[in-house]
Parts: sequence; C-alpha cells; structure tokens
Amino acid sequence: MFPTPIQKYSIPVNILYRVALIVTLFIWLMPLIAVMLTSIRTYEDILAGNYWGWPKDIAAIENYSAIFEDGRMARYFLNSVIITLPTVFGTLLLSSMAGFSLAMHKFKLNILLFCMFIAGNFVPFQILMIPVRGLTVDLGIYNTYYGLIIFHIAFQTGFCTFFLRNFIKELPFELIEAARADGATEWMIYRKIILPLIVPALAALGVLEFTFIWNDYFWALILSQGDGVKPVTVGLDNMRGQWVANYNLISAGSVIAALPPVIMFFLMQRHFINGLTFGAVKG
Amino acid sequence: MTFWERNQLKLAPFLFLAPAVGLFLIFVIYPIADSIWVSFHEWSGVNRYAVDEDGNLKNFKWVGLDNYIYLFTNDDEFYVAVFNNIKWFFFSLIAIPFGILLALFLNQQILGIRWVKSFFYFPFVINAVVIGIVFTWFYNPKYGSLTYLLGFFGMEPLPILSDENYATYGIIVASLFPGIAYTMIIYITGLTAVSKDMIEAGRIDGASGFTMFWNIILPQLRPATLIAVVVTIVGALRSFDLIAVMTGGGPWGSTNVLAYKMYEDSLFNFRMGYGASTAVVLFILMDIYIAWFLYRLFKRESTEK
Repeated sequence: MFPTPIQKYSIPVNILYRVALIVTLFIWLMPLIAVMLTSIRTYEDILAGNYWGWPKDIAAIENYSAIFEDGRMARYFLNSVIITLPTVFGTLLLSSMAGFSLAMHKFKLNILLFCMFIAGNFVPFQILMIPVRGLTVDLGIYNTYYGLIIFHIAFQTGFCTFFLRNFIKELPFELIEAARADGATEWMIYRKIILPLIVPALAALGVLEFTFIWNDYFWALILSQGDGVKPVTVGLDNMRGQWVANYNLISAGSVIAALPPVIMFFLMQRHFINGLTFGAVKG
Repeated sequence: MTFWERNQLKLAPFLFLAPAVGLFLIFVIYPIADSIWVSFHEWSGVNRYAVDEDGNLKNFKWVGLDNYIYLFTNDDEFYVAVFNNIKWFFFSLIAIPFGILLALFLNQQILGIRWVKSFFYFPFVINAVVIGIVFTWFYNPKYGSLTYLLGFFGMEPLPILSDENYATYGIIVASLFPGIAYTMIIYITGLTAVSKDMIEAGRIDGASGFTMFWNIILPQLRPATLIAVVVTIVGALRSFDLIAVMTGGGPWGSTNVLAYKMYEDSLFNFRMGYGASTAVVLFILMDIYIAWFLYRLFKRESTEK
C-alpha cells in the first residue's frame, strides 16, 4: 500500500493524522456547511451580520415552509423528478440494447457506430443548441417534459452505450453461443442472459445518469420557458432574483435542489464510484 | 425454418440498434451538420423557411464566410472569450495534482475512513447553480468570507467577481471544488490497483516518499490520469453553468467563454448564424481533442489483442 500505512507510525503521528483529517474535511466542506447553517437562520440574524456563528434562533421550519409557500419551488422540484426518472430509464433501456448489439454482433458498421457514440460525448452542447431548439419547436415538444426527456435520452445514450458495450464485451462469448445453439432468439439472449449479468453496470450508470440529469442547467434553459416544466436548477436560479437578500431562503432552496443526488449518492455509493471510475483502473 | 429464424443474426443488430442510433442521429449528428449550415447564413431565429414572392428564403440568408470573417477580424469579445477558454483549459488542470494529493492523504485504512471519503466526494454531486451561489457569496466584498480572510491578513476587500482581471479566475476556482472531488475519486480507485509487489520491490531498493511516488506509483496511475485529464479538459471547454450563474459573462464581457458568448449572441442578440459560427469554432477546438483521445484509445485496444 502507498503511502505507508499509518499504523506503522508512532501513536502521536496517528493522532495527528486523524486530527488533520478532520480539519481538512471541515475546511473542504465549509461552503456547504455555511449553506446548511444559513438555511436555518432567521432574516434578523442575517441582517445583524451573523453569517458564521451558530444561528440565534433556529428557523428551519419557517424557512423551509416559506420556500414552498407560493408553490413554485414545489413545482420545479416535481418537474425535475418528472424529467429525470423517465430519462434514466429510457437511456438505460436504449443503451443496453445498443451496447449488447455492438458487443456481440458482427456487422460492417459496428466500429463506425461505436466511434460515433464515443465521439458524441465530446460534442460541445452549443453546437447542438440552435438545431435542437428548432427541432423541438417543429415537433411540438418545445417547453414540454417530452422535449427535455427525449433530448436527454438521445444525448446520454452515447455515453451509456460506450460504457455498456465495453462491459458486455468482457462477458464470456461462449454463453451466447451456447444459448444460440439451444435455439434462443436474440431477444431472449438479451432479456434472460445479458440483462441479469449487467445489473451492476446498470446500477452504476443509473445513479450517475440520475445525477447528471438532475443537475442539468443548460438544456433546461434552452428547451423550457415559464414555470411549467422548468427543473429545480433553473428554478432556483430564478428564485434567487426574487428572494434578493433573503439568504436564508436561497440557502434553503439550494439544500432542496441539491438533496436528491446527495441522497442517491449515499444510498448507492459503491455503484456510483464504480460507474465513475470505470476504466480508471484497468484502462 | 422461417424467414426470421434464418435471418435473425443479420436482422438483430439492426433492430437492437435502431432506437439508439435513430435518436442519436436526429438529436446529435444532424444538429451538428445543421449548425455548420446555419453558420453560413444570417438569421434572427424566426421563421426559417418563410419565402418571398420569388420563392427565395426571406429570413435565412446565405452570407458565405461573412460570419467567420467578422468573428476573426471585427469582434474583440471573441478574442476575450478564446483567451478565457485557454485560461479555463490550463487552470482547471490544477484539479489533478490536488486530486492526487488528497487521494494519497485519504488512502489509509482506519476506522470510519469510508465515511470521510464519501464526505470528500460530496461536492461532485452538487449542481453548478448551488456551487455558483455559494462562491458568489464567498467573494462578496461586503460580507463574503474572503473579505474576512483578507481582513485577517490586514488586506483590503477584493471584489473578485466585479473585477475584470480576477473574475474568470474566481469562477475557475469555484469549478475546482467539484473538479478536485472528481479527480480524487478517480485516483483513490486508481491507488487500490497499484501493484503491491512493485511497492515492496521499490522499498527493498531503498525508494521511499517522493522517489517512490514519482518512479513507481505515478506510472501505474496512468489510466487514471488519462481519464482525469480528458474529463477535466472537456469540462473546462464546456464551462457554461457557473459563468451563467456567477457573472452572466460580465463585468463587460470579461468572463465570456465561447460557449457563453454563443448562447448570448444567438438567444439575446438574435444572431443565430453568428452564434452558430462561434459554436463551430468551439466544436473544431474540441474535435482536435476528440481525435487525439480516440487515437490513444484504439492504439491501446490494438496492442491488447
């Protein structure tokens, strides 16, 4: 192991290491701790200049209910859920099918299509912006959930297909051959053999995609207007203008907007890290 | 044998790939081509296909290379944006040494380290709007904590985000918060795969500390470094969210990057063709990068097999 395990050092060094760890962690998370503390302050506390001390009165319930009062924040939050969940499901479905085919079928365009999916990951959003906006208007899905969901699925499928193709490629090909010899159709192979084997990869991609889509800001800005379908990222940015100096409310809104990916991350941490570091080890 | 049974293996790839490839062609590949086409036109964004009495397009006028010529010869903001993109490119790479340092710092096996690590990962899952809001407060010259910090050292408040010279650096620092969290995750995983035998062999040869790290550990972290560099740089060239939230390109366009300038030109100044030409320039810059990455990837695959 590198660096040398701390257990091989003296006790003072061990204590020092643990203290350093906690201090570093505290400094690292300072910005987020500040937001959480501010979200439970009263407005008077902020006016009095108490930004860093412990809140004089805890106004957690007041602040958090205040941001939901006029219903807009709740709307944004719900919009995010309505956009994110179908996107994750659709992306995993399409990319697992495509990944299966690219990994297990031999045909002429295979490598070309694979390259297309990889290259798509590096495209700057701005070169898609004008035509995608035009397309959604022409198809009548501009400023609807469908517009955002369909576009996200299309774009995210690139990354997920790349990921799943490589994952499926590692599975033993004999398995497929045996199933084919037994007369299984390709669809049955996909459903009964491939899907159960790639559950860990799907879980990893699922949490990763959930975070990406939930945190999307640019496409929400481009493909929606008004409050109807706007997700919580853009919504929070708008509310910031309305709440002006009510830092306690902006903070409470920030906590709400950040919470779902954070919860997801803690629940599925292992999968999350697996997805993120795919390729970082074996290369 | 039915037709399906005989031809299944030939038809299956087509059917399995059709939805994914179809959507990808419509929403990713076609738009790239269309953006390039739009960049040779003058268009305000309304009614693209409207025609006049002679049947010519009324609102969508061919101007050849005019947009590009104007961009390169007449638009000072373009150079400001390109220069800022270069700043983003280089300074966002700071996330890599910091990520390695933190990963080394955390790579111990003590009680509760798993929790400590996950708290360090935290900023990576937080969206850019929240990060942007927090750092805007941090830089606030009146009551931001940076002002307190500077005051502690007897320095005057520094209005980072409203100062043309510092604003871009201020935003890049904000981007490093999730950026370092990401590179750290990559390196912590990378470190678990470092060969124990080689470390032992190194120790026997008397290597330790920095020599050990530089000669034995770092070379084995190459796959992690490749990914960290690629993702960091693509992220830097794509930077948009934090700029939109923190400065909106200001003060006086000094924090503009190509991605943000294009958005503003197209949707606020109604110059779609001009915006598209900016996007094409960004696309070409990124392309050079994609080509390099694919080249590396396939060179590796072909040496493996």
